[in-house]
Amino acid sequence: MRIEYFQLIDRIVDLNLADRKISSEATVPAASTIFEGHFPGYPLMPGVLLIEAMAQTSGWLVVAMNRFQRMPFLAAVKEAKLRTFVKPGELLSIEARLEHDGSGYAIVEAKISSEGKLICDATLTLRVLDFPNPEMEQQMRELAARIGLKVEAPADG
Amino acid sequence: MSSTFDTIANIIAETCDIPRDSITPDSHAINDLGIDSLDFLDIAFAIDKAFGIKLPLEQWTQEVNDGKATTDQYFVLKNLSARIDELVAAKGA
Repeated sequence: MRIEYFQLIDRIVDLNLADRKISSEATVPAASTIFEGHFPGYPLMPGVLLIEAMAQTSGWLVVAMNRFQRMPFLAAVKEAKLRTFVKPGELLSIEARLEHDGSGYAIVEAKISSEGKLICDATLTLRVLDFPNPEMEQQMRELAARIGLKVEAPADG
Repeated sequence: MSSTFDTIANIIAETCDIPRDSITPDSHAINDLGIDSLDFLDIAFAIDKAFGIKLPLEQWTQEVNDGKATTDQYFVLKNLSARIDELVAAKGA
């Protein structure tokens, strides 16, 4: 997890397009400036970053579903529950399932667990838009390759 | 069995916390009811689920942006109801 770069996913563990599901893993770093402030003497992974990790995993699912034709952006977080603390060094297992593929948006159910214990879950709305520029698309493709997201080329090319 | 308009009016009332009796077939979702684009995604999701369709929001937005349609055609609720009925009919055809 490159926490200071907001690149929270280490690797894609499984992608099942037929079931519209994805799972990923991420290890919370043992040390980070973030933990110096959150909290002094009691370092915890910020809840907003857990939500971001769910959003990124969900985003990779949407990217895989649309074969890199479009880019998802987090638009709404509902029913988010942060059930327990996450400490530096923990391995997180993140899962997301596409609940609805709408016109220009997607609804995803996501959750994070660690050692089999549910840590948090939420329903996320993602806006799905054209890539704002080719540079961003290229960066996202490179990041996808780095974390092991395999996306098939569109059937028409 | 409730009408298409009643179903979407109930969805809007519940989703956006708008009094049900203030929602009429002539209400414009954006101009009269003040629904913004993010809230409309919630409404679209609920409509998609309720009717088993996929509202073509992007196509409609493009048509409005291109000057080929007005927002009234899609966002005045009696017109939205008609568009939904067309989509449901097309699905069953």
